[in-house]
Formats: sequence, C-alpha cells, structure tokens
Amino acid sequence: MQNIIYMDNNATTCVAEEVIEEMMPYLSEKYGNPSSMHTFGGQVGKKLAQARERVAALLGCEPDEILFTSCGTESDNTAIKGTLAMYPNRRKIVTTRVEHPAVLTTCRDLERHGYSISEVSVDRQGKLDLDELGFRLDDNTAIVSVMWANNETGTIFPVEEIADLVKARGIVFHTDAVQAVGKIPINLKESSIDLLSLSGHKLHAPKGVGVLYVRRGTRLGTFMHGGHQESGRRGGTENVPGIIAMGKACERALQNMTEENSRVKALRDKLEKGILASCPDCFVNGDTHNRLPNTSNISFEYIEGESILMLLDQFGICASSGSACTSGSLEPSHVLRAMGVPFTAAHGSIRYSLSRYNTDQEIDVVVEKMVPIVNRLRELSPFVKTSP
Amino acid sequence: MWDYTDKVLDTFHHPKNVGKLDDPDGVGEVGSLACGDALTLMFKLDGDGRIKDVKFQTFGCASAIASSSVLTEMIKGMTLEEAAKVSNKDIVEQLGGLPDQKMHCSVMGQEALEAAIADYYRRKGGQAPQTQKGNIVCTCFGVTDEEIRKVVHENDLTTVEEVTNFCKAGGGCGGCKGRIGELVEEVQGQKAKVEHKPKPAKPTKMTNIQKIQLIQETINEQIRPALRVDGGDIDLVDIEGNKVLVAFRGMCAQCKMAEFTMKDVVEARLKEFVSDDLYVEEVKD
Ligand SMILES: Cc1ncc(COP(=O)(O)O)c(C=O)c1O
Repeated sequence: MQNIIYMDNNATTCVAEEVIEEMMPYLSEKYGNPSSMHTFGGQVGKKLAQARERVAALLGCEPDEILFTSCGTESDNTAIKGTLAMYPNRRKIVTTRVEHPAVLTTCRDLERHGYSISEVSVDRQGKLDLDELGFRLDDNTAIVSVMWANNETGTIFPVEEIADLVKARGIVFHTDAVQAVGKIPINLKESSIDLLSLSGHKLHAPKGVGVLYVRRGTRLGTFMHGGHQESGRRGGTENVPGIIAMGKACERALQNMTEENSRVKALRDKLEKGILASCPDCFVNGDTHNRLPNTSNISFEYIEGESILMLLDQFGICASSGSACTSGSLEPSHVLRAMGVPFTAAHGSIRYSLSRYNTDQEIDVVVEKMVPIVNRLRELSPFVKTSP
Repeated sequence: MWDYTDKVLDTFHHPKNVGKLDDPDGVGEVGSLACGDALTLMFKLDGDGRIKDVKFQTFGCASAIASSSVLTEMIKGMTLEEAAKVSNKDIVEQLGGLPDQKMHCSVMGQEALEAAIADYYRRKGGQAPQTQKGNIVCTCFGVTDEEIRKVVHENDLTTVEEVTNFCKAGGGCGGCKGRIGELVEEVQGQKAKVEHKPKPAKPTKMTNIQKIQLIQETINEQIRPALRVDGGDIDLVDIEGNKVLVAFRGMCAQCKMAEFTMKDVVEARLKEFVSDDLYVEEVKD
C-alpha cells in the first residue's frame, strides 16, 4: 500500500501502539465481566477503575465524575437530554450556530418536541459574541451548550468564561470538548463547567468509546436504562477494552500535551505558511489567535474542495473539506457559512488537522503537492480570468 | 467517500478538451460559484456544420469535471441537431453511472451544451429550435419548470428528492418542494411521493391578534428552519395592515440572493399559510 500522509486527525486518529498493547489482553484472555463476583472478573473491574483515574487526571477532576459512553455523540445527547429531563419547566436551550451535528441535530430535533432553541452567532473569525449569549439567557433556559473548540476551524471558545456567566444565572453548562481534550490543557476543578463530552477516537484511542464528565451534584436524567453500571447512570456491560484504551490514551495525552502545543503547532504553522506563500488567492478560516495547535482551515478561491481532496488522495494525502460536494448535501459547511465565509470560498475550503505522528518531511511533501494541484484545478476553472 | 466508477476517476484525473477556444461559434455558461459548480462550454463548427472543436472549463467536484469531459468527447463530430439530442442520461451512461447525489453534474453538462447551441443560433441572428426556457421554480438554484419536467421525463423520476439529486431544485430553502411535487405529478400522471407536512388550514376570518400570531408561527415553523440551515435567520419587525416588515440576519443579510429571493420565499409562505393579501418588506438596520 501507498504511504499515507494523514492530516485528518479531527475526523479520527490512529490508535497509539501503547494503547493497543494496553487493551489487547482484555480482548483475549482477560474477558471477565467487571461486575462479576469472582477474581477473574474483578481484575477487570480494577483496570476500569484505573482507566477512570487516568481520564480524571487529564481533565483535572475526580474519577467518580467520569461517565463512560459509546462515543462523543452519545455524551452530547446524554448531557442535553439528561438535563432537560431534570428541569421539566424550562423549555429553552441556548447553543451556537457552529456546533457539531451531535449537538445541533439533537437540539433541532428537540425543537420539534416543543423546546425552543436559541443559537448564538459568530463573527467572520468564528468568535462568539458573549454579550449576545448573555442576552439570550433567561429563566426558561435549561442548558447552555457551547463547544470548547470547533472541529472545522479549530477556533477555541472561552468556555470557562462562558461557564461562569451561565452558572451565575443558575443554568447548567455543557461543553462539547471532543476536539479540545488532549490538544489543550483542561482543568475542570478550576472551572464551573457542569458537563463535558469527549471522544476516544479523536485522541488515539479506538472508536466506540466516549466520556461524559458530570460535575458532582449535577442533576442528570439517565439516558440508557439497564443495570447498575456507571453508578446506575448508564446501563449496559462496559466496553472494557475501549475504556481501558481510553484511559491509556488520556494518560499519554497528558504526557504529550507540551509536545502537542509546541512541535505539532510548529508543524501546523509551517504547513500554513508554506501553502499561503506558494498558492495565490487563498486564506485561513477561523480565529488564528485562539486556535487548536493542530488545525488549519484554508480556503482556495475559484476551485472546489472535493476535487482538491481527490487529487491529494492520489499522493496518499488525507485531509477534509467544507465543500458541499463532500457532504452529500447541496450546501457547504454550516460552520463556514455561519462565519460569513463567502459561498465560493467555503466550497474551496480544506481542513488539515495534524497529530504528533506527522513529520516535518510530510509537511514539505504536502506544501509541494498543493501548488500543482491548485494550479491544475484553476486551469480547469471558468472563474480564473488569467488562465492560459 | 463517493463510490465513483473507474471511468469517472480516470476521466477526472485525465480530462480531455480542457480550456478555451479563440473565436468560438457558441458558448454556454451554467451554474455559479455560489452554487458549488459551474461549467463553461464552447465549440467551433467545421464547414459541414459539424462540431470540429470543443472545450470546457469546470468549477466543481470530480463528477462535474468528468461529466464535462465525456460530454465534449461525445459531441465532437456531431451536427448541432445530433448534439442537441444528447441527454444527461447519455452522459451518465458514458461514465458507467454516478452516485444519486451527483446526478446534477450530468444535467449541468447537458444544460451547458444546450446553452451553447442556443448561443450559436443567437449569434447567427436566428432562433434556436425549440428553446423553451420556462419559469424559475427553484429560486435558490435558478431551476425552471421546463428543466424539472425534462429531468423527470428523461430519468423517470418519481420523488421530489430524486429531482433534487438530479438538478438541485428544492435543495436550498426547500420552498419550492410543493411545486416540484406538482411537476412530477404532471409528468408522471400520478401522485408524486412527496412528504407533505400537515398544513394548518388557512383560516378564513381572523382578528388582528390572530393574524399576528399566525404570521409569527409561520415564520417560526415554516421559514426560520430553512434559513437556519443556511446560517441565517429572520426577525418579524412589525406588521402594518397587510404589510409584513421583516429583517434578515446572519448569512441572509449579506447574501446578494436575499434581496430578490428571500423576500419572495417569505411572502409566498405567508400567503400560503396566513392570507393572500399579505406582502413583505425588508427592513435594513
Ligand atoms: C466537536 C465534535 N463533537 C462530537 C463529535 C462526535 O464524536 P463521535 O464520533 O465520537 O460520536 C465530533 C466528531 O466528529 C466532533 O468533532
């Protein structure tokens, strides 16, 4: 197989080798049920407890505040619907225009069930207007859900500040931190965030495991009824290998945080500078001052994202696009549109999302390949007036 | 990832007839940057009236580029009468098939060809044979009733969703889905499978308060969700008699389309659900 240059880590990440090693025994010989009353199962229970501690250490919280789920989407659903169930007289949700569908679609479905949804807008850089957010809070508001970092542009929102604002009004605050966890430092003890979602496959654990952080004392309805697992908050025999992998991945993320913030950021900056310098008519989307260290979203004018991706694919380079053509809908990315990025530029947007597994040499290759790809598609484009 | 045929991929990577012609005999341009795909096609005839040379430029995805390329290869050597008979189905066949959501790429090719042929006749000062343009149905993507009838007929479509896949009509605000359903029905002579949302019956006599409430409800339920999809929003500012004053927010406020389409869409909806006498004015703040 061709060498892969993987720059789509906001979509999913590779499972780290140490993580695989850690979970393997629990896929084979150590198959006991952690709830069983025998040592064979009990040893599994101990390992789960360790995983819980590791996740808590990364988030700066207590192990009993960690609820394991099946994915980021489940965590988001549980946070929002579980809160609404506890406040039946409050019928409003405040969120943003740029959330992941895991939050937005959930809210819009709730809208059909009689809830009102208030979506805070963002400016051209993707920044939230906190005054507008404050203005939208009222006594009818049950929950505010604002993502920590945006998956498409990497823009980081001041969620700790927002949490203070929301808590002062006596309203529950949830953040979808799927893209933030492992990339930027998080310390929940120091914040007033009530609920936080994360997802294993975005930080080098496998797919199929997520976490919902539930601050002690937060009222939350049960989303999945069943046995007494997860202190009765989520029934169903635990995804043991997944949870153990998640624990290991969090431990590694904590150790690698500084590297992520320096080396990966340096690679990203080099990639971005290289592309902007060598390809005319392109620009960066998002708030470049408050941005995940690994993400770069660049719009290439006059050309279309899917075509760019397919030409990159020839060289084994993996990235993603906000173009309509890649989504199966006829509309380009809702995030870029909410930011007011012109349709044209939204169609031609490419997201590069790096990880610590990327190398300096890979950056050189991608920059080098982008130039002829952009030129070739611009030759094909009816919008470039100067084409030969 | 799309399930493209090898032929689509191969053609995308090695497109034929890319570029422009000096002094073309006919030029067709369809689509726009905003819509996400656009195609310019031009040809030159030889002494016998056959297409001697043809070139294209496409902004769009792999299937748009591949559709354009195979189309140019197909029509080379044809007379304009023969070329006019090439349908989007022929393009799809050449490509060994296209994913459903990408059918509109083949339609775009055929439309560009049609436009180029019409342009040829216009240049000669004559009329293109049977150029029925029709009336715009989908204002978001500028699709006419004639174009919809044509794709429905040629591809034997039976649902509104299929029509959207083939020519994009109905894929924006969704305001025209009812009309598309009627067109499918008309062509197929049978009831189209449209998902009809239960419509509240239009009340005959209303107090002013009831009217205001109904206008607000219609905006909330029928209009706002569609705009939101686009990152926009709408506020009801005031109602003066039958004049409804609204303001567009977010994307809508900046969108050039807003001026002539959004207002019409909102007005059509309010007429449909509240009262025929209403008209809309946009407030800019
Ligand atoms: C911000 C954000 N939230 C939620 C999710 C969903 O996570 P999962 O795939 O684990 O359900 C994603 C992943 O795409 C994401 O980027």
